[in-house]
Amino acid sequence: MNAKATPISASDSEASNPPKPQRPSGELTHLGAAQLSELLQQGAVSATDVVTAHLRRIDAVEPQVHAFLHVDHAGALAQAREIDDRRASGEQLHPLAGVPLALKDVFTQRGVPTTAGSKILEGWRPPYDATVVQNLRQAGVIILGKTNLDEFAMGSSTENSAYGPTHNPWDLTRVPGGSGGGSAAALAAFEAPLAIGTDTGGSIRQPAAVTATVGVKPTYGTVSRYGLIACASSLDQGGPCGRSVLDTALLHEVMAGYDHHDSTSIPTPIPPVVQAARGADVAGMRIGVVKQLTGTGYQPGVLQRFVEAVALLEQLGAQVSEVDCPHFPYGLAAYYLIQPSEVSSNLARYDGMRYGLRVDDEEGRSAEQVMARTRGRGFGPEVKRRIMLGTYALSHGYYEAYYGKALKVRTLIAQDFAAAFEQVDVVVSPTAPTTAFPIGEKVDDPLAMYLNDVATIPVNLAGLPGMSVPMGLAPEDNLPVGLQIVAPALADDRLYRVGAAVEHALQQRWGAPLLDQIPPLSAAPPAPAPTAEEDPQ
Amino acid sequence: MPAVTREGVANLATLARLELTEQELDHLAPQLESILGHVSTIAQVAADDIAPMTHALPLTNVTREDAVTECLGTAAALHAAPVAQNDRFQVPQILGEDA
Repeated sequence: MNAKATPISASDSEASNPPKPQRPSGELTHLGAAQLSELLQQGAVSATDVVTAHLRRIDAVEPQVHAFLHVDHAGALAQAREIDDRRASGEQLHPLAGVPLALKDVFTQRGVPTTAGSKILEGWRPPYDATVVQNLRQAGVIILGKTNLDEFAMGSSTENSAYGPTHNPWDLTRVPGGSGGGSAAALAAFEAPLAIGTDTGGSIRQPAAVTATVGVKPTYGTVSRYGLIACASSLDQGGPCGRSVLDTALLHEVMAGYDHHDSTSIPTPIPPVVQAARGADVAGMRIGVVKQLTGTGYQPGVLQRFVEAVALLEQLGAQVSEVDCPHFPYGLAAYYLIQPSEVSSNLARYDGMRYGLRVDDEEGRSAEQVMARTRGRGFGPEVKRRIMLGTYALSHGYYEAYYGKALKVRTLIAQDFAAAFEQVDVVVSPTAPTTAFPIGEKVDDPLAMYLNDVATIPVNLAGLPGMSVPMGLAPEDNLPVGLQIVAPALADDRLYRVGAAVEHALQQRWGAPLLDQIPPLSAAPPAPAPTAEEDPQ
Repeated sequence: MPAVTREGVANLATLARLELTEQELDHLAPQLESILGHVSTIAQVAADDIAPMTHALPLTNVTREDAVTECLGTAAALHAAPVAQNDRFQVPQILGEDA
């Protein structure tokens, strides 16, 4: 079919095709990926409708939320039209074809500005697609734009972005977590039904926790890192984010898979995550509560919701017990040696020679001087801090005492998990020790900021899969709290079983998804979803 | 743990090819000292007989098929170069430096 063929417009299908399912009366932007997928496949809505509705929502709320660094209006609409044409011509498409997504700006997308939240990459348009982006294209998932993040994915608040912070849609004076605060905020603000993040020490799970969304860090090696701008290579893992466990599973299936371009990719099938999310059955499952990840340092309301969630799992038929992970209290310290060490090495590539920023390149200046100036000007404070820490930990004389010892602690943490998984099928804890904190509160106190990741970091050190799923609002501040679920390597499906069970049971209790309680953004309400005739440019 | 001095930080910055302002040097010394103080707690458990773990996966010697495939062309590779000349990256002087 040629490209000029009339697309199926929603207004046509509503007016002249009564047997076709009616377009839902609510906003398209409030539907999840699974629902949109059904409507798209039935022909009740077009991809153009769906994408246009989301672009309008983005335009309406971005001045307040700032979840995106770049919105690809033209590219997203062009992709949507292509999907509509292909579907109209009878082509069998992937179920998610036409569903839009927000991509963390740390994946390369050919021709689209990619910054990693850093001035050193301002204006860079990558010459190639990340494998994850190729996988999305293959499935027909439409990329709306690139989301904000802490510079090079280092931080827990998105305040380290060189392009300004993202605001938590639950309370615009607070952080949306980090480093993937843009992706989580885009979901919570209904700017996209799906998003992609990366998780080096909790950057998918902690933002999910503080925005009442779902985020999964898959088993290390199951999502390709090709085209993922490196932070700490032995810890980094891309993963799916959504507003429901099922949506997150649908995206997980699209993203993951073996890739020969990534030498740490595992040649193994993806666990049955979608089936698990649909099953949502925890009867007979053995669930361990990590003794070391509760108590001191956790906000009372976080602990209260956690105790309730554990009781709920017991009611649903799970066998709950306590597991002892004695080395977890050392996880944070080990991480803040290993991660900066890898960073100091990985970020050496930003030398101003082949791409990105170059400053003060004048006659008589040496390459070394230009590099040092470019890096001094192009990197923000947190990135500099980590490069310095890593350089220290790897330097002659300190290597054994710092980096070498940190690697031993990594072994101990992996052994703690292995021992726990001899007794239980999954372990649970609060995802983050507190709810979202005010913007600016911790920017000058790096150690306090690092403590946000105390519960998520051990999972990265051991390479395991982990999920955060909403478990309510903390009574003292009415802000979201997340439950973290961790499974053995390659048992990602267990996360979805437990996460979906908690989600279903809590939604029954609440009568609606937690995100329905989010205060409306004060911007004018989004315009009604347009019809295809309007065809914005 | 040895104290982190301002001079020590300046030396590290040189090693890291990172030009820092005077103010950044003032800030970083106490911050690094406080962070290093915290991370030093690992010495309490990192005994000599524990094997180090560099990576979560046991993969070694990963290779892919030695096949000729398309690669990035010159124009695409140079597209983002700060300065390019004659199909090459142009860089500042690297030889004959008096470092």
